[in-house]
Amino acid sequence: MQTLRYLLRKEFLQVFRDRMMVTQLLLMPIIQLLLLGNAATFEVKTSRMYVVDRDHSETSRGLIDRMQASRRFNVVGASPSMDVANDWMLRRKTDVILSIPADLERDIVRTRNGAIQLILNAEDGAAAGVTQSYAAQIIGAYANELGAELMPKVSGHPIEVRARGWYNPDLDYRDYMVPGILVQLVTVVGTLMAAMNIVREKELGTLDQLSVTPLSQSTFMAAKLIPFWVIALVELTLGLLVARFVFHVPMLGSIALVFGAAAVYLIAALGIGLFISTLVDTQQQAMFVTFFIIMVYLLMSGLFTPVRSMPDWAQWMAQFNPVKHFIEIMRAVLLKGATPRDVARPIGILAVFGVVALTLAIREYGRRIG
Amino acid sequence: MNLNALRAFVVKELHHILRDRQTLTVLLMMPLVQVILFGYALRSDVRDIRMAIVDPTPDNATLELQSRFLSTMRFRIVATGQSTDIIEPLFRRDKADVALVFDPDFASHLRGTEPARLLIAIDASDPNTGTTYLNYTRAVIQAYQAELSAGSNQVRIVTETRMRFNPTLESVNLFVPGLIALVLVLVSALMTAISLSREKERGTMEVLLVSPLRPQQIIVGKVLPYLVLAFANVLTALLAAWAVFHVPFRGSVVLLLLESILYTLVSLALGVLVAAKTASQRAAMLTAMLATMLPNALLSGMIFPIASMPRWLLPVTYVVPARWFIVIARGIMLKGVGLGILWRETLVLSAMALLLLVAAMRSFKPRME
Repeated sequence: MQTLRYLLRKEFLQVFRDRMMVTQLLLMPIIQLLLLGNAATFEVKTSRMYVVDRDHSETSRGLIDRMQASRRFNVVGASPSMDVANDWMLRRKTDVILSIPADLERDIVRTRNGAIQLILNAEDGAAAGVTQSYAAQIIGAYANELGAELMPKVSGHPIEVRARGWYNPDLDYRDYMVPGILVQLVTVVGTLMAAMNIVREKELGTLDQLSVTPLSQSTFMAAKLIPFWVIALVELTLGLLVARFVFHVPMLGSIALVFGAAAVYLIAALGIGLFISTLVDTQQQAMFVTFFIIMVYLLMSGLFTPVRSMPDWAQWMAQFNPVKHFIEIMRAVLLKGATPRDVARPIGILAVFGVVALTLAIREYGRRIG
Repeated sequence: MNLNALRAFVVKELHHILRDRQTLTVLLMMPLVQVILFGYALRSDVRDIRMAIVDPTPDNATLELQSRFLSTMRFRIVATGQSTDIIEPLFRRDKADVALVFDPDFASHLRGTEPARLLIAIDASDPNTGTTYLNYTRAVIQAYQAELSAGSNQVRIVTETRMRFNPTLESVNLFVPGLIALVLVLVSALMTAISLSREKERGTMEVLLVSPLRPQQIIVGKVLPYLVLAFANVLTALLAAWAVFHVPFRGSVVLLLLESILYTLVSLALGVLVAAKTASQRAAMLTAMLATMLPNALLSGMIFPIASMPRWLLPVTYVVPARWFIVIARGIMLKGVGLGILWRETLVLSAMALLLLVAAMRSFKPRME
């Protein structure tokens, strides 16, 4: 115990001696959270629309007015020429082209059916999808309006559909993303620091000195793990404060549960870092391996694209991604008020990860150095 | 200028890189593996929607509507119940995405003239996917309703939608240019940052500084081998995109390669700057990683549209090199446009490369403290 205390003091001193490191460890992630939390949204506020109206009727003007009035679309240009419209799109001056053929009004009055064309710049797929659904809603509502005008008494069987979005009725993307980004930042910092740590002693030659001291392998690992575990938890606390008071992320569930899960998760994340650290010979290698793993973790964690949209093999792989489980826990507890029983399974998986990673790290360290 | 010394230095650097087989393999394989892995895995289309049904008074009409959902193949009914109490635990444990709640009088109202009520509850904790669930659910109900009211005189405006440049909204086509940008900046910035700060940490930088090499030459010598390496990465990544995913190359491949070199230069200069400003390998790495990974993924338009971001954030995205490169890469690959349209983005990247290189050279002190 005594030795562990001394070692811990040494580790903390080493971290806090490098002022720049401390700033980076604590400040950079918070700044990133502030910036990135705002960037991560698919909501499309207004799309620029170019109108090619060949009908010039009351009906076509009505449609354009409805589009403009929705504030979702802003008409930036109009002409009867499709070529001009295409050129605007190539130059990224417009996002949508609404093309209305010459006989729209006549067709609607005669056959009750009309056809228009909507061309979206799908270079940005997510935005195009969202824009299309906005347009479809406006056009649908306008068709109903026209129908009511032409046939005041709509017969048939109306189904009245109401919709309610649970947990996030305003559809604020930040509520969903901020907890995930926070997890990611804590992971990057924690895993990287842990991975660089032991190998640094190797590179500097101080590991040989440590290995001739009467230190047990697990004491050594504990001394390497605890400082970064504490730093990561402090960082998580700061991040949660930002989430609460800057982003107003709802926190329905128990904060104690969040920290409990984080304590388990960080053992897994740092354990993986330590394991990498025992495997490699230089800090450069440590960084590359860590970096590769974190990148896979990051993009396959469900942070950006839902895990359930992935192909089956990728979903199966995601089960071995601790980041995915912890993001899931964070979102469930904060946004949905999940209870310990609801998230027992992912927490259990994380605990298994932690034990396996630490055991591997200690064994590998013993094999190579001890 | 002492060109011989420079050549010797570059050869030394190459030896360093080629000697460490492990790192070299990681460096060469990483972009390839990532493009292939993420090309398959990163997608945002919704394939499988788990639905809970709350039907207090089951009837032919409500069962009919349920079977409509099942026959779309997209929906799967995971639970059926009589009361709305079943929804909350399902949502909280992430066992259902949508709940369809029938009004007790749904069937009798549907046959009468009063409106038959239906509530769709979605798990909107993920607003984007939640909205997609809602749209799919609505579409099924609307189709059912249209069939019921066939014959009545409703006006329909058929919208023919065309997705220009990426008709199937194939996620791969959108993510690959972004992935290349992300991988390139990481490899280049991290590699140079670490290789320079390593010389500092080991004390070999002093040896280099008393050699006949000028500081600028040291930087050039450090950057040159990685430029070659990064270029190999671009080639493999593009090849994978083309051969595995059939991502279109509508524009000039030569232009794309040239732009990639320009972009790599920006990243390399960024790495040198980071190394010059930090004291240790781990500080350099942490800075390089934090400065490149998330900003390039989130502020570049690779995943989240830039148009969606708040106005005050736009100037911040201007300093992210990947933002410009992605416009260029998507423009060339998907739209087939050339410099005539992409000159502005190219100019910005050139200016960035120049500024960063000058800044890197300046902050790279020829003396040790």
